[in-house]
Amino acid sequence: MYRYIVKRLLLAVPTLAGAAALVFLLLRAIPGDVCVIRLGAGGTHVDPASVAACHHQLGLDQPMIVQFLAYLWHTFTFDFGISMWSGNRVIEEIALRLPISMEVAVMATVIAVLLAVPLGTISALKEGTMLDHVVRVLAIAGIATPSFWLGIMSMILVLNVSSAWTGRPWLPPIDYVSPFQDPIRNLSMVLLPAITVGYRYSAVTMRITRSAMLEVLREDYIRTARAKGLLEQIVVNRHALKNALLPVVTLIGIEFAFLIGGLVITEQVFNLNGIGRLLVQAVQNQDNVLVQALVMLVVVIFIVTNLVIDVLYAWLDPRIRYS
Amino acid sequence: MTVVAHDPTAPSWRPQTRLGKVLNFCRRRPLGVAGLIIVLIIFFAGLSADWIAPFDPEENDFASMMQAPSWIHLFGTDQFGRDIFSRLVFGARTALIVGFGCAVGGGLIGLVLGVTSAYFGGWFDLLFQRILDVLMAFPLIILALAVVSVFGTGVFNVIIAITIPLIPRCGRVVRASALAVREVPYVDAARAMGFGHARIVLCHMLPNVLAPFLIMLSAFVGQAILAEASLSYLGLGVQEPVAAWGLMLQGSAEDYATTAPWIAIFPGVAIVLTVLGASLFGDALRDAIDPKLRDR
Repeated sequence: MYRYIVKRLLLAVPTLAGAAALVFLLLRAIPGDVCVIRLGAGGTHVDPASVAACHHQLGLDQPMIVQFLAYLWHTFTFDFGISMWSGNRVIEEIALRLPISMEVAVMATVIAVLLAVPLGTISALKEGTMLDHVVRVLAIAGIATPSFWLGIMSMILVLNVSSAWTGRPWLPPIDYVSPFQDPIRNLSMVLLPAITVGYRYSAVTMRITRSAMLEVLREDYIRTARAKGLLEQIVVNRHALKNALLPVVTLIGIEFAFLIGGLVITEQVFNLNGIGRLLVQAVQNQDNVLVQALVMLVVVIFIVTNLVIDVLYAWLDPRIRYS
Repeated sequence: MTVVAHDPTAPSWRPQTRLGKVLNFCRRRPLGVAGLIIVLIIFFAGLSADWIAPFDPEENDFASMMQAPSWIHLFGTDQFGRDIFSRLVFGARTALIVGFGCAVGGGLIGLVLGVTSAYFGGWFDLLFQRILDVLMAFPLIILALAVVSVFGTGVFNVIIAITIPLIPRCGRVVRASALAVREVPYVDAARAMGFGHARIVLCHMLPNVLAPFLIMLSAFVGQAILAEASLSYLGLGVQEPVAAWGLMLQGSAEDYATTAPWIAIFPGVAIVLTVLGASLFGDALRDAIDPKLRDR
């Protein structure tokens, strides 16, 4: 087991380095000189000496390979440099916005699991009935609905209902408050985004839970359990669900990693100041240093989550022994 | 070449004709057919947008801003007085160009690379695998955003931005199928006949991995349309005044929630219906081609 974890960690290194190289090269493929854009922002003549000074300051006068190695070193030491737009340290910008994104992501995952596992199980148990059809339609609608549109619709609903009731439209607060400081204000801020993202992600999990459950229910040991005269509740909970949840765990992990990507758009809808919104702003402002750092952050989260799932999977299913 | 000869020992059932197969598919998978019909309607709307749309989708009409749905403006008008129905119909064209462009582009490149990688094996395959690992470590929308930040916005650049993340997703699945095909004797036979690598890959291996490829292609269309809508919504995709569904939703939530909610409702419904149609049809196609994967 430990050998497997170490092997997986070592395998993650070339992937991370490759991702870093890709981001590095992508952002250097942008036409135009960053320093010229920076210095000539007002359309004034740019002095070659100041361009050279700027190149030297940003390390752009070094050979490409030296630049890349320096960039790699900075990435692994979490020193992402200074934002080209705001002038603040990138790590500070990220630290300020990461908590809210993580909170929404975790909450959305919890909502997705709470929706998906019971509904998927019931749907499998009642296969072919009206209830089963309703759950399946819910699931496929969730896959086809963009979460940002669901967000817009829920905002419209909240605005209309609140103005009909109180005469004044209510909007969720924008400034982030920690859940330990003011839980109600925090919840009123993150609940709607978490529900809209959570519903979408529950859709895929619901389908997998249903199909895994259907498969397990046809196994011999379920027939044996029933033949022994066990209560249906015990057969379902202890014998079927436990085994059916294995692929579901994997999927939840993968979805969590994708969720970070999905947040980019949801945060925009709800005006949440998270890392997703920061990334969009960085792209709009052509702040390459920030884009580079944020994309790498998402990739690291993605790779680490995948690693955790694989280890968890081996731990949950004793039949799997990685060599 | 097929030789048809009467064989008295042949079973009494007759092989299904192509039409029979299609009719059977329709009877057994009504949801898939419904999906196909939706996609065909959107396709028709996109193709004949010039004739269907009653108004110019890009012309502002400040005399009729934010009008509610009526017989003149079927789905109402937006904040610039543009007819929403006309913009939806032209938006279908944008969605189809991006959806099919990305799916076909990403799919074909992934197909050729996947089969080639499986065929050659060795260091080429290993290198290809590692490149796929790297590309797969980026969530689709994040990689698309990174590419947009390099190439800029606009329909063509959006197609490139969404195509690139689709390539490894197709390449991986195709490679897995192609690895099985490589072991089949007819590939050895082709090699023994002295055929070139290109001929073996393109004529002998490629047609035999088309089943998973087609299934994936139908899923890609929906994914690409969703990704385009997301990018355009963020203001990093298709640019005004071109009609695109995601772009139509931009800024519509708070600004017009109480005064003109139809601005946000109809484009969203169009996206949902199209993606729903594509995924229903894709699911049915997958079930028909590969029953083992049913309900996955």
